[in-house]
Amino acid sequence: MSAPSLPPEDAAHAAAFDARIDAGETIEPKDWMPERYRHQLVRMMSQHAHSEIVGMLPEGNWITRAPSLRRKMCLLAKVQDEAGHGLYIYCATETLGVGREELIDQLLSGKAKYSSIFNYPTLTWADIGIIGWFVDGAAIVNQTVLAKASYGPYARAMVRICKEENFHKRQGYEIVATLAAGTPAQRAMVQDAVNRWWWPTLMMFGPSDANSPNSGDLLRWRVKRFSNDELRQRFVDLTVAQAQAVSLTLPDPKLRYDAETGHWAYGDIDWAEFKRVINGNGPCNRERLAARRAAHDQGAWVRDAAGAYAEKQRRRGTAPAA
Amino acid sequence: MAAAANEPDHASDQWPLWEVFTQAKDGAPHEHAGSVHAPDPELALQNARDVYARRGQVVSLWVVPSSAIIASSPGEQGPFFDPADDKPYRHPQFYRTPRGVRVY
Repeated sequence: MSAPSLPPEDAAHAAAFDARIDAGETIEPKDWMPERYRHQLVRMMSQHAHSEIVGMLPEGNWITRAPSLRRKMCLLAKVQDEAGHGLYIYCATETLGVGREELIDQLLSGKAKYSSIFNYPTLTWADIGIIGWFVDGAAIVNQTVLAKASYGPYARAMVRICKEENFHKRQGYEIVATLAAGTPAQRAMVQDAVNRWWWPTLMMFGPSDANSPNSGDLLRWRVKRFSNDELRQRFVDLTVAQAQAVSLTLPDPKLRYDAETGHWAYGDIDWAEFKRVINGNGPCNRERLAARRAAHDQGAWVRDAAGAYAEKQRRRGTAPAA
Repeated sequence: MAAAANEPDHASDQWPLWEVFTQAKDGAPHEHAGSVHAPDPELALQNARDVYARRGQVVSLWVVPSSAIIASSPGEQGPFFDPADDKPYRHPQFYRTPRGVRVY
């Protein structure tokens, strides 16, 4: 932001900051940064953290109904990971000077946004496979790039997440491949799940470049390194072969390989649906927030008890003060 | 991922912040992993284990109240570290030794 209205000192800071970004340096919490950089990071990182937390809900829905003990253990571990990932990113966001409670309040009050994908219902067991394969697959495409983001704490959280996320995708794809090789009813179930999740997954990458208001800043400051459309294309290219390998059909009659570009061309995304869901009117928005609020409220006694215990220890002098 | 070290907590009823350091294997250094909120040291350790050691790749954990960490200031990075920049004689390459002799 080298707008002419900046005081000279800030303009010098801004120029030095831009030079650091251009040199590929990593920005750390105590470094000078433009207010807009900080603001955009808080917005993007908190949305990301919220998405991990809300993302536990559609899958948590199936933990008690997983078809075998093995599947149940795997799903439980995956959902725990999502909680951990949310916490990594909340902690990275806090380094920008925003409090954890403030972030949680924004989620619970409905003020904060999170990934539109988690506002779709998980109707069958096949949906759990598809979430791992599509949704975590899409997240990996995004996060692999974010692991090189210019803000150190965010990049480091992404490195940690990427290491863990591959298990998520493989457990999903394994479920999908098993169902796809199963009975006709199982095949139909998994194809139906593919049909329902394909387009919402493509929307996960965010608005098309022409309509993405925040992309310019984020690309310039190397928070993002590829545009939404580039990442979406990378995901499509990766996924087509995986679908073919298990004989499932992606629900897009316009999907075709373009030998000239070397990419798979895909049909039009229904951006009206994306807007509807992101603005709170998807199939499950209210249910998700209600579930999140209930979990927070029902956990209040645990937080109270832990706080009271710590206070008692402090009074007795048995614990060092924090 | 340390929060600015000397800043107070943002909300008075928010549990204190602890920085977490993990040791990946015996003999390796402890490295900063991230942070957790917890009301006391015991829960800070347990939360740190649940968040940063879910896969058995950690053999030791430290938690430190974030407020106890004193960090160098990026604004004074130059003056603070410069004195080390003009002392090439602290590096082995500074010294000339006879050709063909293995010095180390």
